[in-house]
Amino acid sequence: MKKTVPLWVVLGVVVAAFLFTRLGGNRYIYFAGYFVLQYIVLATAWNVLGGYTGYVNFGTAAFFATGAYTALVLILAFKATLPVQIVAGALTAGLLGLGIGYLTLRLRGVFFSIATLALSVVLQTVVSNWEYVGGGKGLSIIRPKAPALFASHAEYLFVVMVLLAAASVALAWWVQNSRVGRGLAAIRDNEEAAECMGVPTLRLKLFATTLSGCLMGVAGTPFPYYVTLVEPGSVFSLDYAVNSLAMPMIGGTTTWVGPVIGAVLLGTAQQVATVTISSELNLLIVGIVLVAFVMLAPQGIVGLVQRLFHRRSR
Amino acid sequence: MAALLEVRGVTKRFGGFQALSDVSLEVREGERFGLIGPNGSGKTTLINCISGALGTDGGTLVFRGKDITRLPAHQRTRLGICRSFQIPRPFTSMTVLENLCIPLEYAAHGQVPRSAVASEAMEILRLMGLDAKAQARPADLTGIDMRKLELARAMAAKPRLLISDEAMAGLSPAEVDAILPILFALNERGITIIMIEHIMRAVMRFSQRIAVLDAGEKIAEGTPEEVVSNKRVEKAYLGE
Repeated sequence: MKKTVPLWVVLGVVVAAFLFTRLGGNRYIYFAGYFVLQYIVLATAWNVLGGYTGYVNFGTAAFFATGAYTALVLILAFKATLPVQIVAGALTAGLLGLGIGYLTLRLRGVFFSIATLALSVVLQTVVSNWEYVGGGKGLSIIRPKAPALFASHAEYLFVVMVLLAAASVALAWWVQNSRVGRGLAAIRDNEEAAECMGVPTLRLKLFATTLSGCLMGVAGTPFPYYVTLVEPGSVFSLDYAVNSLAMPMIGGTTTWVGPVIGAVLLGTAQQVATVTISSELNLLIVGIVLVAFVMLAPQGIVGLVQRLFHRRSR
Repeated sequence: MAALLEVRGVTKRFGGFQALSDVSLEVREGERFGLIGPNGSGKTTLINCISGALGTDGGTLVFRGKDITRLPAHQRTRLGICRSFQIPRPFTSMTVLENLCIPLEYAAHGQVPRSAVASEAMEILRLMGLDAKAQARPADLTGIDMRKLELARAMAAKPRLLISDEAMAGLSPAEVDAILPILFALNERGITIIMIEHIMRAVMRFSQRIAVLDAGEKIAEGTPEEVVSNKRVEKAYLGE
């Protein structure tokens, strides 16, 4: 019974989100909600590799963009529907994760991080010179008519993102509580000892890069319809790498719930700041909050709560 | 007694440095085997080659009649070779009990039913006298308990051959006397043990046979008595 619980939770959340869109209301809510949800997916994806396994990825934008550009190509070539784009984006980004994992996982620590950052730069250069997808100046696309049952595309994308976020979190939950997750934790704690205890470290790390890349790609696939202007500058924005790293760090990296807390807090704060103060202030907020957390609560909010709880139970 | 592990002409180079040259030895099933040698003689390198942490530049390794020279470390562990580390390397984010669950779930996968993993881990902790610390974090353990955890975790991998890499270095004589009986007890349960140690009193008492390495070469092999009276060994340790 226990195994089906996350499935029901995911389904319940999606239905609730759908009913919420039936209430109507200000379209901006869906736009802002989408932004936060997208970061729940990205932060959760980052955490599978960065938090569970201990390999810090600076190349979130590369995987996100792989998803977004896969979707764009499918729209241009076949007018593919969103579900098709999502599946294709997941596959391409997952493959990229697998390939990059294979090439770079022999590098440890900061060298792995540099390699992922380089990946992002290389891909951006490639895409900027690819005329079919608009090259450096980008491409505008027109959204198709919203599917039945939805008042507009904003609501539709919002519900899709709710589904993706809930599914990603459920997946992360499953990984964390499985034998695989315990193997990943052993790798994070001491890779050599893990290998000596029978953990197939290379295979598990490849699993982590593939799953992480796949989910990051998934987060990017609805992006073309969300913004309707796809250009390399925004798709490969540093924001993605910084945010998807900062959110789990702030929430706490060792559990599935950390990235969710971080994404909701930081994502909301950024949206509020964009509307009320200035859109340029976003990263400044992230930076300040991150520095504060690294100094005051290196285990994130989850670690902070756990520590309080422990003290009380003693 | 049949050979459990055969090391045949193993060679290892680090750049221009010859760490092991043509080392051969045989460890028999159920044996207590000592490996000694001065600092830098290649003991830990040999262990790394046997456990798979390092590849070899020549020679073959045969375990239970199977050539394991090219196998990755985790597969060798599954076949039954497990080592403890000279400097303990616990899984720091886990409790002592959880540390043992990793090898039980991976190295001994299929041998221990999933529902029995925790009780099996507890059983090993009890054997080691660590059961009271099951919920502690490795960072809160004393030096000797850390060594016990290192051995306990290796035990949880259900090894047929346990390689103990200086499990007693830095311990007081009283603490050495606490670790030795544990290793004897493991051996009585049918586990073959290779002990690498600088504490002569412990190796001499423990080992049935001893091999001596010096500058990457095996210079002597035999019973403890034979080894101590060997002229080359004396020279390696004390000089001319």
